[in-house]
Amino acid sequence: MIDILTSLIDIVGEKGVSNAPEELWFYSRDPGVLAPHQPDYVVAPKSTEQVQKIVQLACREKIPVVPMGNGMSLAGLVIPLKGGIVLDMKRMNKILEVNAVARYAVVEGGTSQGVLKAYLQKNHPTLRHSLPDAPPTTTIAANVSLHGQGRLTHQYGFNSDMVTGLEVVLPTGEICRVGSPSIGPYWFSKGPTLPDLSGLFLGWLGCTGIITKVGIKLYPNKKFRDVELFVTDRAELVPNILYKLTHLEMLEDINVWFQPKPLVFAGNFHVSIFFTGDTEEEIEFKRKMIWDSLQEFMDSKDGGFVSLFQYMKDMLLEMPGRNIADFADVPKGGGFEYSGPIALIEHYPRYAAKVVELAEKYNLLYASAARLISGGHAMMFSISFAFNRNDPDMMKRVEKALDEAMIFALDMGGIPWKPNFKEQKLTMQRMEPNALRLLQMIKKNLDPQGIMNPGNWEVNA
Amino acid sequence: MTYLRHIEHENIVHRCFRCGYCKFPEDYNDFNCPSYKAFGWDTYAPGGRMWLTRAWLLGEIETSPRFAEIMFSCVACDNCKTQCVFPKFKDFLPDIFQETRAELVSEGKIPPGVRDYLKAITVSGNPYKLPQSERGRWAEGTGLKSYTNQEYLFYAGCVGSYDEVGRKMAKSVGRMLVKAGVSVGILGNEETCDGNDIRSLGEMGLFAQLARDNIEKFKAKGVQKIITLDPHALNTFKKDYPALGGIFRVLHYTEVLADRIKNKKIKLKSWPVKITYHDPCYLGRHQQIYKAPREIIKAIPKADLVEMRRHGPDAFCCGGGSGNFFTDMLGSGEESAARVRVREALDTGAGIIAVACPYCAKMLTDAVKMENLEDKLEVLGIGEILEKALKRKELK
Repeated sequence: MIDILTSLIDIVGEKGVSNAPEELWFYSRDPGVLAPHQPDYVVAPKSTEQVQKIVQLACREKIPVVPMGNGMSLAGLVIPLKGGIVLDMKRMNKILEVNAVARYAVVEGGTSQGVLKAYLQKNHPTLRHSLPDAPPTTTIAANVSLHGQGRLTHQYGFNSDMVTGLEVVLPTGEICRVGSPSIGPYWFSKGPTLPDLSGLFLGWLGCTGIITKVGIKLYPNKKFRDVELFVTDRAELVPNILYKLTHLEMLEDINVWFQPKPLVFAGNFHVSIFFTGDTEEEIEFKRKMIWDSLQEFMDSKDGGFVSLFQYMKDMLLEMPGRNIADFADVPKGGGFEYSGPIALIEHYPRYAAKVVELAEKYNLLYASAARLISGGHAMMFSISFAFNRNDPDMMKRVEKALDEAMIFALDMGGIPWKPNFKEQKLTMQRMEPNALRLLQMIKKNLDPQGIMNPGNWEVNA
Repeated sequence: MTYLRHIEHENIVHRCFRCGYCKFPEDYNDFNCPSYKAFGWDTYAPGGRMWLTRAWLLGEIETSPRFAEIMFSCVACDNCKTQCVFPKFKDFLPDIFQETRAELVSEGKIPPGVRDYLKAITVSGNPYKLPQSERGRWAEGTGLKSYTNQEYLFYAGCVGSYDEVGRKMAKSVGRMLVKAGVSVGILGNEETCDGNDIRSLGEMGLFAQLARDNIEKFKAKGVQKIITLDPHALNTFKKDYPALGGIFRVLHYTEVLADRIKNKKIKLKSWPVKITYHDPCYLGRHQQIYKAPREIIKAIPKADLVEMRRHGPDAFCCGGGSGNFFTDMLGSGEESAARVRVREALDTGAGIIAVACPYCAKMLTDAVKMENLEDKLEVLGIGEILEKALKRKELK
């Protein structure tokens, strides 16, 4: 029997491995409500080759491996449900290439959103990537592996749609490149016109391999950004408001949010409408188009634009929005968790009613923000509940409320975003049998030993 | 939840969301927490410390050498306090880490380097274990007189009094104060440790003893105004001493010299040189003094002040705070704070790193050597820079 710790040290050195109680405790949990489970080792590789050797060792010894970015999914996706190795990827944080003309960047698998943003700001100020509203420590690879969204999702789709190539260490230890980098030096396409193999990894939550490099699309960074805030107190009008806005085909991002606290926000649905331009004329033109598109709601006195104070405008325009984390501290307790099903926009009123119903039923503080995806084909509807980490009963209530929210979303024909292991099971139970078998076949073939983030997307678990 | 151990701010530790904003500067261009940068585990970042402190209070993890290393490798740079996105409790983060260290000190379970540092001060009155009779030697040839009833006491601190690099810095500042006509005296061999880093390390008893002794001494001599060489001393004199009855007007030497330059008491000769300035944490983030050192550099005709990417409230620490200057918990690896910082300075194209703290001066001087940059970068105190700019120039 080999000494796993010694073998891991041989691969990454002493400073790259820990089985100390402090790291095992910390890496056994995320900031959400799900119960922790302890890993046996935490390992921090610095190169693809090190990841490969770790996976080869794990495959040989049948040790679970859980790749982790910043662990901020809030859905327990990096909790090592079956122990094993948590792979902290954040030491692989280099920006390897920016092709400014083809507008893509290639980064290592632990590169954070914040670092890429700062790098582009300094070196390529006319370019940007689709920054999620998650904290800047979250990583690009983790974000695409769970079909994350960002500020450009309304225009260009899920952040995973923006991938232009992947390097992955397969569960059997082979290093594999997907997309244009598999046949040449350029990282401009993840699939088309080839069969799109990126689908074997994107959305799989690390269950089919470890992303060690990602190519990601960049987009024009316009000189001006602005925001308008439209409010209505009638949830049933929201889908039509969004339909009118998406018809314009000129907006950067659209979010709809409502929350009972602070009181100034209570009772209204707020539509944050972000738009960009290279000249003030362009901005003013777009502003006029936005106002014109919603004129009918103002005429009927069903809604209106808010005159934004500068601080509010700055808060809305900030990327990533630092204030978003604030929700965690409303009950003075350091946490919130949300379910974020992808749903039809026409279902907005029913989702909104469900949030309030669940908050009342479980006596919880809620907030909700919906983001439009791909010009209005769908939305991510977040059902968020804050909790006090020192109140286990409140945490249990949040867990129950979110379980119920996911059942509701599935009943509504929605699909879960970054589902936790329980939500994955619910989803698979409803999946068409042949689709489920296909899922199972892919997982089994890619990960014959079942070592990759086990407990997630486990068809027979 | 019932805590088995207790610290003053225990009602806050569970409120950390571990979102990680605290690891970064405001523009997110690199990690700005020295211990996270050096060790690379989330446990060594402020969020990790908050969560582990809670686990430790709850009894879910035990006191261990690793836990102590995690807590004592915090350099008290205050970046976490500056960047945390939770306004209701962000100001207490450094206090929580300090209180946890204090508990570890009470338990007697501290890293050997910390133990040796505290012991040296207890026994010798300074971390160098050098005789008190040598403390004032740095001032020889500066023209500084013993403090009698001058307007200011110039307080050099342990590093300024005993360390080679620190002494150089203290001497140049001393000479500049004399040249600028500041009414100033020193305590010389009567000076004792200010206790700032001892407090930060959690040895509250020793700190209180040092602080009370200093306060009594200052009062007995009629001191009302103090100029410090060392931002660490500045910090504790301003922040901690008043609660113990030590209320003095305390200034950093850069504030005094900037004022003298502004009032044309010092005339500087032109010096075409590119200088970058490293903000000391205890001068910048702790005491919000950013302008004075820069005003001095900008006052040198033809000198070009170029900022490092991380500067002002975003400055990256040299790694020497909270006793780490002596305990060396961060080590000297490639990702140690001082080495990262001098590489950042090199990127500016400057030939001089200006410093306003003797700890930073020593840390960065050593890092320049380790990075083999001696032919490209020189670390100079603001006083030394002024002296160079004053060559063959007389004061008004």
